[in-house]
Amino acid sequence: MIYASQSLGDLWVWLLERLAEFCGWLGIPEVIRYSVEKGAYAIGLLVFISLTALVLIYMERKVSAHMQLRYGPMWTGGWHGWSQTIADMIKLLLKEDVIPDKADRWVHRVAPIVVFVPSLLGFLVIPFDKHLIGADLNVGILIIFGFSSIAVLSIFMGGWASNNKYTLLGGLRSAAQMISYELPLVLSVLGVIMTVGSLKMSDIVMAQKDVWFLFTPNFLGFIIYIIAGTAEVNRTPFDIPEAESELVSGYNTEYSGLKYGFFMLSEFTNTFIISAIAATFFMGGWNGPSWLPGIVSFLGKTYLIVFLLMWFRWTFPRFRVDRLMDFGWKFLLPLSFFNILMIAVWVLVKK
Amino acid sequence: MNDYLAVFIFVVIALGFTAAGLITAYLVRTSRPSLKKCETYECGEEPVGGAWIQFNMRYYVFALLFVVFDVEAVFLFPWAVVFRSFGAAAFVELLVFLGILLAGLIYAWKKNALKWE
Repeated sequence: MIYASQSLGDLWVWLLERLAEFCGWLGIPEVIRYSVEKGAYAIGLLVFISLTALVLIYMERKVSAHMQLRYGPMWTGGWHGWSQTIADMIKLLLKEDVIPDKADRWVHRVAPIVVFVPSLLGFLVIPFDKHLIGADLNVGILIIFGFSSIAVLSIFMGGWASNNKYTLLGGLRSAAQMISYELPLVLSVLGVIMTVGSLKMSDIVMAQKDVWFLFTPNFLGFIIYIIAGTAEVNRTPFDIPEAESELVSGYNTEYSGLKYGFFMLSEFTNTFIISAIAATFFMGGWNGPSWLPGIVSFLGKTYLIVFLLMWFRWTFPRFRVDRLMDFGWKFLLPLSFFNILMIAVWVLVKK
Repeated sequence: MNDYLAVFIFVVIALGFTAAGLITAYLVRTSRPSLKKCETYECGEEPVGGAWIQFNMRYYVFALLFVVFDVEAVFLFPWAVVFRSFGAAAFVELLVFLGILLAGLIYAWKKNALKWE
């Protein structure tokens, strides 16, 4: 039986059990049932991602506006311009798709596809609620980092294929920056993995039942993670790749229409994924007060981190490119080595 | 059931979604290309030459460094998983491994490989 107080994860498990019973009754093979189940989850995620992107773009505008004592979008749709991003999406869909004559047409076309696929795959192992996870893989976090590395490729593809000096420079800078900050990013979560002793997302969340890792020596890892994560999604103060005052809009200058839309979408999706991992690894994921459904506390924490990233944007000035690389390689990387050592000592002493 | 089947299904659905989106856009959008419109954008200037030219050597150096350190970071993952059960022995191994990594970083640093010009 389901009650309103139960979590979304329980509801999902209940639905799956009914589906399994039904399939057993019809004599449908297990493989097909499993595929349908995961397919339904993936389509649900796509709907969720689209809605999240709409909310995040609206939020970005409103947060930016209010931090600069402006209103932001106010008229579209009536109440505080709530439908502004929907109107923008329709505009992007209907807009002419211009491919420059000199561009490498096929690479130019494929890049938006390559950029979006990894960002959906990142959602596969994010635990929204107790049982609400695409697949609780035993490599968990590693698969997110693996797929997010593909995003570097697509950004460079977009920049290179346009055959434009701005986009090439934007793509190169973006690739250099993303690979440089991937190292501290990957190393900063190692502390949590050492504390838990598992790569599985569900184990990591369960380990934080009593105390969030944010309030343990893993705090340093959290700081490194947030800084490297901001750089990984190319947000200010690390937005050298799209520094509009020098590179127009970086690697996606020559894109228009829905292809640009996919770059935009995956940018916000990646911001959400980075925040969601921060919430899972350092802030206890769906753990929360018992009267609150798990998904609400998970999304609350995630949006808190998203807000933090937006706050950064209007607080810190942009890094210069050489300082950006110096900061990543000469400060963050040694610091994350130190973090691993510190956590190792802490785990040993605690034991 | 093999969990990696889910990865495959996700790849297929993500590809399907992007393809469907792009095909829908192809069906509903206008297309009136003109010579000026399809020119490479360079703030209104006539672009001189293509963009596929030689670029700064630094990018290769950083890419190589990245490969070295990223592979080593991946080696740390299995170690981190078993760290709690192995205890002090694993800690000594960590010191050796991180020492080698740090030596590599310091070497690259001294060789000015980390310098951006």
